[in-house]
Amino acid sequence: MNNKLIHWFKYASPQSFYPLAGKMIPWFWGLAAAFGVVGLWLSFFVAPTDAQQGEGYRIIFVHVPASWMSMFIYLVLAAWAGLGLALNTRLSGMMASALAPTGALMAFLALWTGAFWGKPMWGTWWVWDARITSELILFFLYLGFIALQAAIDDPRRADKAGAILALVGVVNVPIIYFSVKWWNTLHQGSSVSVGKSSMAVTMLWGMLFMALCFWMYSIAVALMRVRAIILEREAHTEWVKELNEVKS
Amino acid sequence: MNAVLAVIRRDLLLAMRRKSEVLTALFFFVIVTSLFPLGIGPEPALLKKIAPGVLWVAALLATMLGLQRMFAADHADGTLEQMVLSPTPLGLLVGGKIAAHWMLSGLPLVLLAPVLGLQFDLDVGALGVLMLALLLGTPLLSLIGAIGAALTLGLRGGGVLLSLLVLPLYVPALIFGAGAVEAHIAGLGAGGHLSLLAALLALAAFFAPWATTAALRIALE
Amino acid sequence: MLSIHGLSCVRGERRLFAGLDFAVGPGEWLHVRGENGAGKTSLLRLLVGLMAPAEGEIRWNGENVRTLGEDYRRHLLFLGHHGAVKEELSALENLQLASQLDGDALADRSALAALHRFGLKGREELPVRFLSAGQKRRVLLARLVTKQAKLWILDEPFTALDVKAVDMLSALIGEHLADGGMAILTSHQAMPIPGGRELQL
Repeated sequence: MNNKLIHWFKYASPQSFYPLAGKMIPWFWGLAAAFGVVGLWLSFFVAPTDAQQGEGYRIIFVHVPASWMSMFIYLVLAAWAGLGLALNTRLSGMMASALAPTGALMAFLALWTGAFWGKPMWGTWWVWDARITSELILFFLYLGFIALQAAIDDPRRADKAGAILALVGVVNVPIIYFSVKWWNTLHQGSSVSVGKSSMAVTMLWGMLFMALCFWMYSIAVALMRVRAIILEREAHTEWVKELNEVKS
Repeated sequence: MNAVLAVIRRDLLLAMRRKSEVLTALFFFVIVTSLFPLGIGPEPALLKKIAPGVLWVAALLATMLGLQRMFAADHADGTLEQMVLSPTPLGLLVGGKIAAHWMLSGLPLVLLAPVLGLQFDLDVGALGVLMLALLLGTPLLSLIGAIGAALTLGLRGGGVLLSLLVLPLYVPALIFGAGAVEAHIAGLGAGGHLSLLAALLALAAFFAPWATTAALRIALE
Repeated sequence: MLSIHGLSCVRGERRLFAGLDFAVGPGEWLHVRGENGAGKTSLLRLLVGLMAPAEGEIRWNGENVRTLGEDYRRHLLFLGHHGAVKEELSALENLQLASQLDGDALADRSALAALHRFGLKGREELPVRFLSAGQKRRVLLARLVTKQAKLWILDEPFTALDVKAVDMLSALIGEHLADGGMAILTSHQAMPIPGGRELQL
């Protein structure tokens, strides 16, 4: 047990994590491509045409995984941030900063595909539905996190300040979600429901594979970004100056 | 406790000496709410319907105005350092700062809101609910805002950044606050909204000074 | 007794000092010297606990100040670069509010006595904005008289003071040391106070 702990802390230092991440990235890219090919094949060629929604429904194979990822990444980001505050490890803050742009991208993608889905289904680009509204606010939370970190010059302060914001945000996300839901039911503005009762099994498989593809993509991109952040912040250290890619 | 009272007293005293800051935010509140009918049209039924939302959004923006200065002056003149070094825990002193901020930016809005509500043809009952909702909601705005003010302390572009951080977090307060008045007007009773607002206030009163303190320590390092 | 063990300070990517060891006991004072940017102010901020040390420990009577917390801060008086003086408030209000922040109520009489000692008679009720730089500094220094602290940590206490005020402050520090107090201060001038040691950064 004790050995294992030390082993993990070894990889918590940027110096040893950098090459490890470098080795992992191609694998996650490969998995993302594989899951993506299977997922797209299932969702475009195998999954049946929906009785009510026609072919347009197929956008949910991107929309649903993207919105899942946008929420999940915020949780992971907050977890890294909390870890960084509690244990004062430098890598945690870097991971949090590396995840934020991907999370924002996912939230944006979910909103955009949601609008594309909404136009043929509801006849409008935007509906003040509880889920869409919460997703929009989640997008704002990501932007706030990125903007705060960008405004702070000292990376250690940026990490810590971002961590506090992420933790405050993660406490607020469920509150925001339920308040928006409450607001929506009170106003009864849009009584739309995504048809989840009559979903074919192949649709579920398609969605699952697409979700796995998004996972692998997010991990790969986050690792690439964290490697860039490590190089940037550790530029003054000896080990970075010794790296082949830096020397040449 | 003595020290907390001293913090509140000092901030109130300072606000008395430079009244313009408090009055500007109040004037802003009045002017923003008065602009809405000009943009939307004078139809009483429509104005009555949007009144709770308009008043709450204006209150939100008016509290934002003074937020950036919450710790900025104390940071610039070294008072904040002395607060950190005081034998009284910083969390309590920060609580005092937040209380003072509310007295200067939230409480005047609570008192002024019914007058503006009359412009929107709200009846006496609705005005009462509006005041009650603001009474519960504006401290919440000060508490959440304090976290943002501490996080953006001394940063370039702090004011705009602060609104980007804080406004999304204000969403629940806005929904329950404006919702209380709407529910009352619709005859549904405002009890549910008000108790949720009170629950949020209790939660924020517990966590926000803690988060603000942590953010201030980071800003001072 | 304040003791420092293997203290290091890192600002940004620069290491200002490392492996610093010293102790200051009752009746002793330490003169921190060094060029601009050598880390004098950073050292003082570390000592009072505004910054966390990269390495090393600061102990008060043998216990780490991080764990002591407010039990350490109670014995501490720190006057930094910034005055912590509010321009809109009068000297008297500033002094009394500062004392209340430390948890003691300060009677008008003792506050006035402290201000008079620093030559601010007749200006007690004036907003500090109308005072000169040196007089503002004196308002701040009046806290030395009103707060009963064992350890004084003063960052450049002699800036903006005239000859008379420098003598007065030196005498005050002398009294403090004679009472078993301790002081750590930074200054570019030579100091006319006996019994001090120098720390070159």
